[in-house]
Amino acid sequence: MSDAFAEALQETLAEVAQDRPVLEFDDVELSFAGVKALGGVTFEVRPKELFAIIGPNGAGKTSIFNVISGVYRPQKGSVRFLGEPILGKQPHEIAAMGLSRTFQNIELFENLTVIDNLMLGRHQHVRYGVFSALVYAGRARGEEVVHRGVVEDIIDFLEIEQYRKFPVGLLPYGIQKRVELGRALALEPKLLLLDEPVAGMNLEETEDMARFILDIRDELDIAMILVEHDMGLVMDLADRVLVQDFGLAIATGAPSEIQRNPDVIRAYLGEEHRSSVGVTATARDRATGDTP
Amino acid sequence: MTGGRTAGSARRGRPELYTSYEADSALLNTRPKRVAVLLIVALAVIVPFLLTDNVLLILATAFVASIGAIGLNLVTGYAGQVSLGHAFFLGLGAFTGAVLSGDPDGRTVGLGMQLLVWLPAAGLVAAAAGLLVAPFAVRLRGLYLAIVTLGLVFLGEHLFREMQFITGGVGVGRPGPVPELFGFRFDQAGEVLGVMLTRNQKMYYLMFVLLLIMAVAGRNIARSAIGRAFAAVRDRDIAAEVIGVPLTKYKALAFTISSFYAGIAGALLYTVIGVIEPGSFNLLMSVQYIAMVLIGGVATISGSIMGAVFITLLPRITREVPKFLPFISGGATGGGILNVFQLEAILYGLLIIGFLIFEPRGLYGIWIRTRNYWKGWPFSY
Repeated sequence: MSDAFAEALQETLAEVAQDRPVLEFDDVELSFAGVKALGGVTFEVRPKELFAIIGPNGAGKTSIFNVISGVYRPQKGSVRFLGEPILGKQPHEIAAMGLSRTFQNIELFENLTVIDNLMLGRHQHVRYGVFSALVYAGRARGEEVVHRGVVEDIIDFLEIEQYRKFPVGLLPYGIQKRVELGRALALEPKLLLLDEPVAGMNLEETEDMARFILDIRDELDIAMILVEHDMGLVMDLADRVLVQDFGLAIATGAPSEIQRNPDVIRAYLGEEHRSSVGVTATARDRATGDTP
Repeated sequence: MTGGRTAGSARRGRPELYTSYEADSALLNTRPKRVAVLLIVALAVIVPFLLTDNVLLILATAFVASIGAIGLNLVTGYAGQVSLGHAFFLGLGAFTGAVLSGDPDGRTVGLGMQLLVWLPAAGLVAAAAGLLVAPFAVRLRGLYLAIVTLGLVFLGEHLFREMQFITGGVGVGRPGPVPELFGFRFDQAGEVLGVMLTRNQKMYYLMFVLLLIMAVAGRNIARSAIGRAFAAVRDRDIAAEVIGVPLTKYKALAFTISSFYAGIAGALLYTVIGVIEPGSFNLLMSVQYIAMVLIGGVATISGSIMGAVFITLLPRITREVPKFLPFISGGATGGGILNVFQLEAILYGLLIIGFLIFEPRGLYGIWIRTRNYWKGWPFSY
């Protein structure tokens, strides 16, 4: 991709120090009126890394995202983004530092067109003010054209050209997920949080999304955190995986290590079974003759 | 760069082919739109010579109401913050204009300034008040915000009633702002470029030009990053924050811009009418503006104008009804089952309910449906 978006993004990513983690999540505790959502979770995300967080429902995966993006404020611990502490900052301030995310349940502006949704992703790169907007000449007009160019490159990248002028509320679910990814990319993020990008998708849509995620990592070099229930996808794509269970981090490591980790197997399959994630207990037991 | 309007070979026979993003996002980006706007403006220019002075006065009022409706639509339609306090801001604008332009030797305070001073000032005073209200909007939303802004109307009513040296007092009032521009009086008949114009013809032209300016500015706000941010705040406020749109800033901005429009509209309204009655900035006035926005079309500028013209013309239309329906009386004491004023109140209610149920997009929505029907004609899809 030799285009306006890729160039602008590379310029932004050049500011990211390669010798230090993009995100440091240190001993974070979050509870809601006595219910502990996160009980001292620690991990770090390195530059250009695809970091995955998995775990059963209610394990605290989305809570981690909400802490990072500033929606929740934890009671204890610290979070540093690009070396700077971000706890206590407003969500839009954190976004301005270069963090963007997608949501588990699509949070697009459904009355606006695909173009306008993506243009909103560029909001923090907009420099002109009210008075320039009132006359819509000079600076405002020039900037709008530049941002539109960047947005069109993202539309090309995600292959949603034919929908660009549709209100997103009318688009099919899989396309809406893609538009939301596009809106997150439009921020030129230094760290991208993907909350269940393939939830509810069929095989074809899942493979398309996997292709986009790989392209984002390999061609655009954006560090990503992926929360996902689709184990096949996570184990295929992720560089490292964090397993959450009941608000606690029970393991961190490469996908192959995670699949062998007894704690992980217990969390997913229960006490009785000893098996690898992704392969059913019975299938493996039959293959090895190993009975629990 | 010629902005995509090049008549290159790629465009031949394809007038809708855009060759630049600028042309694609232009205000009048299709030929029918350009032709229609040209026709409407041409019609508006010759209308004063075709209609009676009476009707012109109503049209001038409708144009001013359109400016106010655009303002309310920016905050309620685009930014999604329900405001019942529009009458308060209209009142602030009206009295600011009246004080700055009024007769220095009159019964009420007056400074004798010209249009170029008092008109922006009316907008700015109202905008400043809007900015002060904004913190409430940041903490509240929906019905709660509506109630708080409703409180403003009562606050305003009290202030306007008590500050007699400015407002003249209930039942008496004071003269409206004087439209004087470098010695030229819009409120007196006179010769312009060799043509003899009446007061109402001059007023009509002044208000039409001002509406044109304010409407284009409104559209520009709506299609810029600011308008998009308003829509983001309206549709999903948490997502807006997370993608980098500061909620507080844009809610405050929406109230400020809306109040600016209201201030301008308030000052101009009483320039047209001539006398400000301090009791008129009440809940009914706020509801009228809400009705304009709902009936015209939420989150559209052209819809605001359609709604304002419709609501302003409504009393004129109902006054004709007794001629056709003998059981409706023309005056308050004419007998019959209903009189025209009751009919008017009933129509307000019915129209708001009817539009909300059958065409939530308002008159603008009806226009879109008609347009789409004829676009596809003779096919139904």
